[in-house]
Amino acid sequence: MSAPNLVEFRDVAKCFGDGPAVLSGVNLSARPGDLVALIGPSGCGKSTLLRLVAGLSPLSGGELIVDGRSPGEAAGELAFVFQEANLLPWLTVAQNVEVPLRLRGAPAAERARARERVLELVRLAERADAYPRQLSGGQKMRVSLARALSVSPRILLLDEPFGALDEMTREHLNEELLGIREATGWTAFFVTHSVAEAVFLSSRIVVMAANPGRVHAEINVPLAYPRTAETRVSREYLDLVAQVSRVLRSVEDATGPAAP
Amino acid sequence: MKKPLLHVLLPAAAGVAFLAVWQGAHLSLSEDSRFLLPSPGGVWQAMLDHRESLIRATLNTAEGALAGFGLAVVVSTVISVLLSLSPWVRRAFYPYLMALQMTPLPVLAPICVIWVGAGLKSVALLTFVISFFPLVVNTTQGLISTDRHLVELFQLYGARPWQNLVLLRIPAALPYFFTGLRIAATIAPIGAVVADMNAGTSAGDGGGLGFRAVIFASQAKYAALFATAVTTCVLGFLLNALVLLIAWISLHHWHDSYERTDR
Ligand SMILES: Nc1ncnc2c1ncn2[C@@H]1O[C@H](COP(=O)(O)OP(=O)(O)OP(=O)(O)O)[C@@H](O)[C@H]1O
Ligand SMILES: [Mg+2]
Repeated sequence: MSAPNLVEFRDVAKCFGDGPAVLSGVNLSARPGDLVALIGPSGCGKSTLLRLVAGLSPLSGGELIVDGRSPGEAAGELAFVFQEANLLPWLTVAQNVEVPLRLRGAPAAERARARERVLELVRLAERADAYPRQLSGGQKMRVSLARALSVSPRILLLDEPFGALDEMTREHLNEELLGIREATGWTAFFVTHSVAEAVFLSSRIVVMAANPGRVHAEINVPLAYPRTAETRVSREYLDLVAQVSRVLRSVEDATGPAAP
Repeated sequence: MKKPLLHVLLPAAAGVAFLAVWQGAHLSLSEDSRFLLPSPGGVWQAMLDHRESLIRATLNTAEGALAGFGLAVVVSTVISVLLSLSPWVRRAFYPYLMALQMTPLPVLAPICVIWVGAGLKSVALLTFVISFFPLVVNTTQGLISTDRHLVELFQLYGARPWQNLVLLRIPAALPYFFTGLRIAATIAPIGAVVADMNAGTSAGDGGGLGFRAVIFASQAKYAALFATAVTTCVLGFLLNALVLLIAWISLHHWHDSYERTDR
């Protein structure tokens, strides 16, 4: 055994009200530095799983330990990047990035330092005074990412952050994300619909099945970091993409609507 | 460069056409019934003749309207925050707010006179009543319509209740607030004039535009009556322009109802 788990799901279950089980018997863990990709059919509970970790929604059964504590208590350790950028439209880029630290009562000098650091990381320093509506979709997502990084989180939760972007921008942001990870080093859960993205980014891929949501398979991704554009054309990478696609296809065939 | 010019020329042309039709209608009447529709020139003359009393009346009405309107803005904001706290509070109090709005001004006017006496205070109070409803309805709606994702973002980073209110819910409600403010700014001067007709007084120099209108009508000074109507319009326009300016200053950077400047 090496380092203890930073996040650990033990037989976790979740249902909303008296609805059906959305998650059931989930066992999953992440060690410091892991980058875990979650992939699975739509509605299998990926977003719900992240929301449990963030303490935005309570468990219905089992146990979830985040940094040795309950999710709510560990909220100070984590940051969340939502599917949409969710910027406050009445604030500039700089002010948006400062929101989390402002909510936590950090003094202005500390906020300014964090802001400069993260805007530099996502290469948006020169757009600091722009309002969100003046930005492109990719730029908005980068601001959202910068905002999450501003609190120097130990755990980063990303819910399909680049899902709405075109292939080129997405690949570019993936590389950028890994670059930032080299510099800052957090543990992350990353939800995606793209097998290629999952393989490129993660150290481990969790394939989920639906109804109820559960872990179907865990696949290690032994590609060495740093990964670059070169990685995308390597034999190993392409084999893994094919393998994960097969597993994902088998889950979707088993749980998805019957093909006509 | 053409556009701004058009913005001025179009309404100006429409105004000239309107005055021409008015003048034509005046002339088309027989000599002895022309008093029913004074000519634009006649109204202008009446305005000059009565300028002292009209200016005094306008200032009095403006004072009552602004006091009532301003009070409505402050009070409705506080009440809206309270109403936004829970659906139960809204369910309990909404019917009574509606009832206040349903009661016609001429009925409320004598009650106000009994309470605070005829004159400025009554006019302000009645203007307050009539401006209050659109403000409270819109602002409350805005405060409870905050994007759920942004609420969760704030929750995630441990926002305190006051931070939720000041940094998130109030700015998000601003566009709604200004919608209410524009409606209120339109009806406040009307309310002030009607209130003045029903609860005004000539004591001191307390008469407002409503009071003037009643007097001119009773003296059969029809041109002066029209002049009073025009003055009331101008007052309403000024208040609206002020509100539009404030809305523009607070929203044009970010809100989609304003054109992007960087296109
Ligand atoms: N607040 C809620 N109330 C009731 N049911 C919910 C709620 N949130 C999610 N669900 C249900 O839980 C299930 C899982 O939803 P979730 O959003 O976690 O799926 P997902 O895997 O993220 O899907 P997608 O890939 O489409 O984003 C769905 O069946 C959804 O209808
Ligand atoms: Mg989802």
